Amino acid sequence: SKNSVVCSFHFRGGAELLFDGVKKHQVTLPCQPEPWDIRNLLQWIKQNLLKERPELFMQGDSVRPGILVLINDADWELMGELDYKLQDQDNVLFISTLHGG
Amino acid sequence: SDTSVPSSPRACAKCKQGSAALVIRVGDAFCRACFREYFVHKFRAVLGKNRVIFPGEKVLLALSGGPASSAMLRQVQEGLSRETAKRLRFVPGLVYVDEGAVCGQSAAQREESLARVEAMLQATGFPYYLAHLEQAFDLPGSILRRGPRGGDEPCPGYKEAVEDFIQQQRQEAAVADGDGAASLPQRLAQLRTQDVPAGGEPPGARLPAAARTQELLRLFDAAETLTAKEELLQMLRTHLILHTARTRGYTKVMMGDSCTRVAVKLLTNLALGRGAFLAMDTGFLDSRHGDVAVVRPMREYMAKEIAFYNHFFGVPTVITPALRAKRRDKTSIHRLMEDFLLGLQAEFPSTISTVYRTGEKLSTAPAEVGSEPGAEPQRCLLCLCALDTLAGEWGPRVGAADSADAARGPGVPAARSLPPLRRAESRAAFLPLLCYSCRLTFKELGHPDTLPPYVHSEARRRSRRAEMKQQIQEFLLEDDDDEDPSES
Repeated sequence: SKNSVVCSFHFRGGAELLFDGVKKHQVTLPCQPEPWDIRNLLQWIKQNLLKERPELFMQGDSVRPGILVLINDADWELMGELDYKLQDQDNVLFISTLHGG
Repeated sequence: SDTSVPSSPRACAKCKQGSAALVIRVGDAFCRACFREYFVHKFRAVLGKNRVIFPGEKVLLALSGGPASSAMLRQVQEGLSRETAKRLRFVPGLVYVDEGAVCGQSAAQREESLARVEAMLQATGFPYYLAHLEQAFDLPGSILRRGPRGGDEPCPGYKEAVEDFIQQQRQEAAVADGDGAASLPQRLAQLRTQDVPAGGEPPGARLPAAARTQELLRLFDAAETLTAKEELLQMLRTHLILHTARTRGYTKVMMGDSCTRVAVKLLTNLALGRGAFLAMDTGFLDSRHGDVAVVRPMREYMAKEIAFYNHFFGVPTVITPALRAKRRDKTSIHRLMEDFLLGLQAEFPSTISTVYRTGEKLSTAPAEVGSEPGAEPQRCLLCLCALDTLAGEWGPRVGAADSADAARGPGVPAARSLPPLRRAESRAAFLPLLCYSCRLTFKELGHPDTLPPYVHSEARRRSRRAEMKQQIQEFLLEDDDDEDPSES
């Protein structure tokens, strides 16, 4: 099954500080049996990109409250949140609105 | 661009045509264009509802580089450039305080942030001022005193003032027709934009001397808790901004506290013992300093709305790191409250607005505790709110020469003339000058030695006055003194 997806994600508003200050990431998510959705994208980010303190970015299987998620420039609340199925060339943006950390 | 980009399957709840780009409040999905209109309108509505900014008034925008204050700056720019009668009519200036030293930035990082901020400020064409937190050590004691004019309620002549202003503008335009009347934004752009920072350092030298930075770090390192550090930082920053306003003739300061931030502050300050001052700390108008009033025009915008606005419409920001505790597990009441509220908000989306609306119901009338009825309430040395603790006996005078003097007790004059200044003043001497909450914070700060000179000088001044007052108390005539010795 060919469930490999090329997508880019960005971190802003201070969220980039958790990722070595790198704001833009472009990755090819590896093939896997289930289609890629935001839920397992987050797990992938946690395992492969989060350099420090995962609890500052994630809580449970979602993002930490205070971190906004935009999928192709739209509020993820309009796109199904964690259940949104990633398409090729999708762009996911994480904006932190948190005060510190 | 804000043309309808096919973003989501849902249609805009307002215009029904554009593709919805975000959800505001429960269930309201707006497209980009309708969202922009909503956002811009709200700013004008908040200023219009609280009519405290007069036409032609000098207003200082306090910018942190963060999303809320940056969005606020954009709204001011938009508002001033509008062609219609709905144009904003005040004269803006900008101030930025570099707090990099206490937030863990290296000199190079501070320089970089400053350069980016300065570029942002220069691009507006408004006069701007860059300050460093180190300059708190240069502040005068008068910053802790209320200025001459109190402006608690909107002046009754607001409408007349607006009409007068419009008339004046028309006359000026008619007169200057020959040489091409310059609009307000054009005239502002002609003003010298770079100004010498409050500390008087030459514009070329960017960062303060290393020794000053060390002094500042010593103060913050001496604080025992992150909570106390946060309160200290806010206090110093506010005083620096206020000083900039006062010395440059600004009568208003605009701060970018969002609705989210206000809700967090309401609960945080409650936990800090500032229940009596919530309205002052979070309301639209904060007039505790008298001559310069702080206004919070962003307090009806959720952090989410601001973040989306900035993203969609290219509002530049400069993000700098926040205060951090030395140890990972140490947190502050501020962060705990933020986590608590945001966590709750995720499951119950009306949490923040409910907290905010409850806060709106609080009034700013100060409670009078232990003072004569009708008299001006005594104010806290640090936060300038009415003292909510019984002033009571005055303990050892701040600046008392030695413990022998202090042991003699309150109200007893020193045997010698004014004692020499002693650097090692005990903490206890400050406590009667502080409100309940500032006392708690003060107790978690380091030795008073580390505090900036302005705190010491104002504390000494008040302490001496209080002692003098006690000494002459018995000679003061009482208004309701029935006994008249001359009558027999």
